[in-house]
This record gives sequence, C-alpha cells and structure tokens, in this order.
Amino acid sequence: MSSRPELQAPPEIFYNDVEARKYTSSSRIIEIQARITAKLSERAMELLALPDDGVPRLLLDIGCGSGLSGETLSENGHQWIGLDISQSMLDVALEREVEGDLLLSDMGQGLGFRPGVIDGAISISAVQWLCNADKSSHEPRLRLKAFFGSLYRCLARGARAVFQVYPENIAQRELILGFAMRAGFAGGVVVDFPHSTKIRKEYLVLTCGPSSISTALPNGKGEDGESVSDYDNSGDEENQTVCISDRHRPRKKMKITKKGKGREWVLKKKEQMRRKGNAVPLDTKFTARKRKARF
Amino acid sequence: MLSCNIKGVTNGFPLLLEVEKFVEKEVEFNPDFLKNIFPKIDWKALLHASRSMSYTLLPDEADSSMLHSQDFLHKFHHALLQLHLQEGALICPQTARRFPVTKGIPNMLLHEDEV
Repeated sequence: MSSRPELQAPPEIFYNDVEARKYTSSSRIIEIQARITAKLSERAMELLALPDDGVPRLLLDIGCGSGLSGETLSENGHQWIGLDISQSMLDVALEREVEGDLLLSDMGQGLGFRPGVIDGAISISAVQWLCNADKSSHEPRLRLKAFFGSLYRCLARGARAVFQVYPENIAQRELILGFAMRAGFAGGVVVDFPHSTKIRKEYLVLTCGPSSISTALPNGKGEDGESVSDYDNSGDEENQTVCISDRHRPRKKMKITKKGKGREWVLKKKEQMRRKGNAVPLDTKFTARKRKARF
Repeated sequence: MLSCNIKGVTNGFPLLLEVEKFVEKEVEFNPDFLKNIFPKIDWKALLHASRSMSYTLLPDEADSSMLHSQDFLHKFHHALLQLHLQEGALICPQTARRFPVTKGIPNMLLHEDEV
C-alpha cells in the first residue's frame, strides 16, 4: 500500500466521507492532526511576514480541508477564504463552525479572484496534489500554470504565499518552483530541520513582485540553524548526491594502468569459494604466480 | 462574507446572486480591516449583492471619506461580513453559468470543457 495519499486516489475521492470523518470522530487522531496542522500553519503564518500592525488581513487558505489551518488564521485575527476540492472535508469544516468562508473549488482550474484583493495565502500539504494527473483530461502542467497564474494575479503587491508541501522527490519540487517562477513569483524554499527525516518540513515561500531586502527568505529551523536554499541552488544539500561536472577522461595515449590483483586476493577469493562449497583447486606455490604477458 | 463581490469567474465579474436563503452571521466589528479592504471592493457589486439580500441601507456611492463615519462603517461591516448567502446560486454575468450554493458553500468546480 502506497504511503503517499496522492498516489492512492484523487483528492476529492481520497478525502471522502470516511477519511473526513476521521478528522472529527477519533478524538486522538484529531488531537494529533490539530496539533501538527496548528504548528505547520503557525510557521506558515510566520513566514507570511505580515506587517505587525494589528490590522486584520484577507488571506487565502488553499486546500483548507476541515479548517484546521484556517483556525490559526482566525486566531491571529485575520479574515480568510478557504478553498478545497472535497465536499466531505468542507462539511467537516462547517460542523466545526470555522470563521472563514469556504469555497468548493479546484485550485488547478484557477482561483477566480479579482486582481490584488488577497493579502496573503497559505497552504498546508495541498499543493503537491496538483502534480498528479487525477483525470485523463488533467495535464498537471496546465493546472500548475493556471493555479500559479491566477494566484499571482489575485495577490496584492508585496503579498506572500507560503505553501507547506511534501514533495515526492526533487523533480516534483523543481516542477512546482518552476511554474511559480514562470508566473512571476520570487522566492524559494525554507527547510526546517533538514537533517531529520521525521520532523523535516519544507515551506515554499513566494513573494509577489520583485524581491528586495525586506523579502529575503528567513532561515529554516534546524539544530545548526542552517539550510536556506534560494531558487538558484534549491535542492537537498544532504540527501542528493552532487554531480561533479568535471570528468577525468584519460587521454587516448595514456594507457590506464591496471592495478592487478595479487596473490593474497586470489587466496582470499578461493577461501570464500570453499566456504560456499564450490570445488576449488588446492593452494600451491603456483597459485597466482606471475604468468607470461600473453597468457 | 459576501463572496461574490470579491470574486470574479474566469470569464466575468461580478457574479450575480440568486438568493434563496441568507443568514446574518455575527462577526466582530473591526474598523481597521474595513478601512484596509475598502479600496479593493467594487462598490457597485457590493451594493447589488446586498440589495439582493434585501439590505438596502448601503449608500449608492461610496468613497474613502465616508470611512470616518461610524454609521457608514457599521453598514459596510454588515453588508460585507455579516450577510451570508446560505442557499442559492452565483451566476456569471457573461455566460449565465450557475454556481450553486449549498450550506453557504459555493460550488465553483468547473466542468472539464470549461477549463
């Protein structure tokens, strides 16, 4: 069974009533979910870097699901509009009486907001769903383009979008970043706790408009306080093997000297074979003796 | 929040309201937010929307000087944040496509051929 939800079914089917129920009924699950989501959304809010003037802003919660992340926005005093593709999850959000307005819509179809009306956007673990083609008519590239294009238009100047994502692999993250850049966003990836496999979290931080000193990416959290990757060198520093671009090509004139395998190696190998149970000739003084070059 | 006045369909704005049922929510009054969002609002759209919900107290025209009046702010607050379309539909002015609204949630999913 695949452990990644987006490989099991399209979001509106995966998050059906049964899954959505889990978000309300099991108190233990909802506790854990709520705690994790709250932490993620708080960090996302931090990264949004809204001015600290106490003025409530109009924010978007993309893939709001049952409203867990939206609650963090409300707690910080902001108005929010939540989008989700799953009716079941939105029903759960209604039950929880979240303060934000909810929309049943597909982010890959474009957001449909008027230009410049949104002050910021967050998304917790939703954008990676865009990369999967859930229907035969879906083309992930078009959906990514529509999503980022419409997002760029509806965000106010200088507004930010912060997406917490679980990209499947480097290629997926590059795909998402690529489309974001093409739509006009500046920004990069902030990685919290890059060295831990369990608590590692990635945030895609995008700004509308040219980047300046005030929109510099904050440092990711980690034991050594490191790991901010800009778009230019985005990619896992530790997980990915770095491709060394220079290649040692021996010149045609030079012959590559063979190291050769000495007597000791031969004896060891023969011992191994014996242990395996193969029939091996006895070791004598002739074993691995130097033969004539032509041999 | 009247979602229609902040939203434009891919092919048209503003969305007209077809109101079958609306409710009035209780929302905290925050003048800062209202002042902040006022320039972004298409007043005519808000006006039409609130009228279709039988709220006629909004003035026909509005400009930022009126933001100093508490009375105006309250009306603005009411129309913008507290009137909520519960059942009905949002209709695109250009194509007459209906986006049904159930339980306060508009269904904005486009069909395959509309994307």
